[in-house]
Amino acid sequence: MARHVIDPITRIEGHLRIEIEVENGKVKDAWSSGTLWRGFEVFLKNRDPRDAWIITQRVCGVCTTVHALASVKCVEDAIGIQIPDNARLVRNLIHGAQYVHDHIVHFYHLHALDWVDVVSALSADPKKTSELANSINPNAPDSGPGDFRVVQEKLKKFINSGQLGPFTNGYWGHPAYKLPPEANLMAVAHYLQALALQSRLARMHAIFGAKNPHIQTYVVGGVTSVADLNADSISEFLYILEEGKRFVDNVYLPDVLAVAPFYLDWASIGGGLKNYLSYGMFPGKGGKEPDSLWFPRGVIKDRDLTKVHPVDASKIKEEVTHAWYKYKNNGPLHPSAGETDPWYTGIETGKPDGKYSWLKTPRYDDMPCEVGPLSRMLVNYVSGHKSTVENVNNVLKALGVGPEILFSTLGRTAARAIETKVIADEMGAWMNELIANIKRGDLETFTDYKMPDKASGFGMTEAPRGALGHWIEIKGGKIDNYQLIVPTTWNGSPRDAQGRRSSFEEALIGTPVHDPKQPVEILRTIHSFDPCLACSVHVIDPVTNEVYETRAI
Amino acid sequence: MGTSGSDFSFKTPERRMDALAGIKRRDFLSFCALMSATLGLGPSFIPKIAEAIEKATRRPSVIWLHFAECTGDSEAFIRSTNPSIEELILNILSIDYHETIMAASGEAAEGALQKAMKDNKGKYIAVCEGAIPLGTPPGPNAKKGDYLTIAGKTGLELAKEVCRDAAAIMCVGNCASFGGVQAQYPNPTGAVGVEEATGIPTLKVPGCPHNVVNSVAVVVNFLLLGSLPKTDKLGRPLFAYGKRIHDHCLRRAHFDAGQFVEKFGDAGAKDRWCLYKMGCKGPQTYHNCPTVEYNDGTSWPVKAGHGCIGCSEPKFWDNMAPFYERLPNIKLPGVEASADQIGFTLVGAAAAGSAVHGAYTFLNRKKFDPTLKDKEE
Repeated sequence: MARHVIDPITRIEGHLRIEIEVENGKVKDAWSSGTLWRGFEVFLKNRDPRDAWIITQRVCGVCTTVHALASVKCVEDAIGIQIPDNARLVRNLIHGAQYVHDHIVHFYHLHALDWVDVVSALSADPKKTSELANSINPNAPDSGPGDFRVVQEKLKKFINSGQLGPFTNGYWGHPAYKLPPEANLMAVAHYLQALALQSRLARMHAIFGAKNPHIQTYVVGGVTSVADLNADSISEFLYILEEGKRFVDNVYLPDVLAVAPFYLDWASIGGGLKNYLSYGMFPGKGGKEPDSLWFPRGVIKDRDLTKVHPVDASKIKEEVTHAWYKYKNNGPLHPSAGETDPWYTGIETGKPDGKYSWLKTPRYDDMPCEVGPLSRMLVNYVSGHKSTVENVNNVLKALGVGPEILFSTLGRTAARAIETKVIADEMGAWMNELIANIKRGDLETFTDYKMPDKASGFGMTEAPRGALGHWIEIKGGKIDNYQLIVPTTWNGSPRDAQGRRSSFEEALIGTPVHDPKQPVEILRTIHSFDPCLACSVHVIDPVTNEVYETRAI
Repeated sequence: MGTSGSDFSFKTPERRMDALAGIKRRDFLSFCALMSATLGLGPSFIPKIAEAIEKATRRPSVIWLHFAECTGDSEAFIRSTNPSIEELILNILSIDYHETIMAASGEAAEGALQKAMKDNKGKYIAVCEGAIPLGTPPGPNAKKGDYLTIAGKTGLELAKEVCRDAAAIMCVGNCASFGGVQAQYPNPTGAVGVEEATGIPTLKVPGCPHNVVNSVAVVVNFLLLGSLPKTDKLGRPLFAYGKRIHDHCLRRAHFDAGQFVEKFGDAGAKDRWCLYKMGCKGPQTYHNCPTVEYNDGTSWPVKAGHGCIGCSEPKFWDNMAPFYERLPNIKLPGVEASADQIGFTLVGAAAAGSAVHGAYTFLNRKKFDPTLKDKEE
């Protein structure tokens, strides 16, 4: 049986290596390795807890803002304060904008080239492309024959220059590409539209958050942008949000619906694990969690769509059998009792007990779980979350399929698009609440506090890529222990002691591979999770507070 | 068109590129004007910038490397609006290797890298994002730099291989420039900036993340004059890092008037008063945020009511923290040292010239403005 290594996996955040074993044209086994370690928990020790959000936001510049949010929440939980309603709303708006921005970038710029053959777009008929676009959605912008001709000319000129830039060595012409040239041209046009749009959407963050990536407006206790709670900023935000909503309604969702029928075989490929975990997000008035969360917290077991189980954070444990760490005794360990003892062996995918990743292996109640948009949409759906149910049903109806297709590579990609619409449609309501507060003369954005000498807290939320938790122990007013368990640790981790695979590895089993040297099928499934490796590669700071020695330089 | 990615190629390599393809003339000229202003060149340079870009026969090859980083600088780069990121990708640059946006993975990606290096030897621009971990992890087979491997190579090996034959190396963000977030105490992976790791001088566009207006301006300077812009001793272009945040801050008048925010959300905060007492590191930080701002000139930290954290400075994660304590953070006997003096001590000798100048103006002003001292204490 042949082993094949894909390193680097591109169009993701971070450094990921995938090894596959192929038999009879299908993946028989797979190993996922995170290949960078930075040591966040180690250098967070002894820092001022107020600074933690600024530091942890740098875990990831793609899903920027989400670590900032989890971090201020865990410190606020430790101190025991509630933030003012305006701060909650500004945070919800920034968090929501993250989804509208990030999911669009993921679909068009990180994922689309797995489905769209750019070179095939050269042979499309612009007139037919226009007809296609209008048949899918009569409201599609810039969809006249002339519009597509301009895009095609642009593309032709670019390719004829001989300098293919990011398209160099793409898998163009691969038989796994199924779209007709017209659909490819339409997608290329939307790739470029989305490229321009995403820089405008990011301005939603800058309006109340100073800049994107890496906002600078959160503080423990609230937000700082009180002077920006004015008509100018609000109307600008709403205008950009409207632009985003129009794109989601008229381009993003219609594109998913247009592409899906050509790839319906991918509705039964890439399913992977059967348990789905979501921490929930977007606190409501009063901020109580999980009760007030607009996206509910829950776990679905064994694909049973009749029941959502509550999440008990004490059931989250991690182990390191196949990760480059050593435990003093056997794991798994709850994060609060975690240990730091890196032990690098090189890639040992050939050995049964070999280590091969900087990612630890988290389990919930001893179950491997998938996290991300699919998990959230399923937990929402089964919980009866109104707009999720409505939008999921609309998509299933349009495709003429049942909910079982969601358990797949295609389902994951569709869930992300549905989620973008669900969130974008709600954001206006949060802004209305904010406006109502301001009208009443309520401009409160900050709750004052005294940093306790000793306290512990946790903050749970959802990153675009899935469940995110930060835990803090404060001693002497400083960080004594800080822990993060992040989405791609759940999805991209190595197998556990019992040999049970995590999401990436499990989802790859059975994936058809036409030519392992052009692994476009592998990329489809891996990208459907939207991997974010910078997030996932951490160690848990030990209770012993040990900072291990390096032999640097 | 074959089915194999690796044998796919087009024939017309040395063809003249019309850089204006797809760009509206007016947009293009406004881009040239922005660049001219950012670079401090004056209006007479606008047509020269336009000419330099229009005459380019081949778009300069860019090889963008990712080391220990969060991809925030790539994200910052794709936020470019003037020129738009589409124009940068299709018409101005040839981004031949960039793991976040490129179509190819694995061997095909590796092939794209080798091809770009071979075809453009000595001519490509290497853009580096992220720090290089030089530490050796504990463990049986570990070697120096194993905290980061890409296609089986360590970050250090890759950096040396690519930087060696580059015409210019631009570090975007604080990590590639100075080691960044992972290099803060106790620097568990032994992370350093690219220049320190490779021994090859680099131009640095620090920030966390960097401002795309500045990285694009460096590229334009390169296209226009065939050289990199003048830098300070740390390797940061003077057009962007020649002045302190404090020197051109919109809230400076409130500093001078002794009007300070005392608590987030207070009356002063609502009126955009000075954030010095909330820990703003603007007096120690050399960066053009107040004039160019971020995201198409939308805002920047001080405008959003949060102090500057000094993200363009070396070791700011250690030297500028705690971020909510005002500088000086160190009490001197009987008197608090001025922010500028402390900045001088912490930032170190490399920035000495400008810091001394800053301290001088600050102290003089204080001498003539007794109210300021009262307000501060």
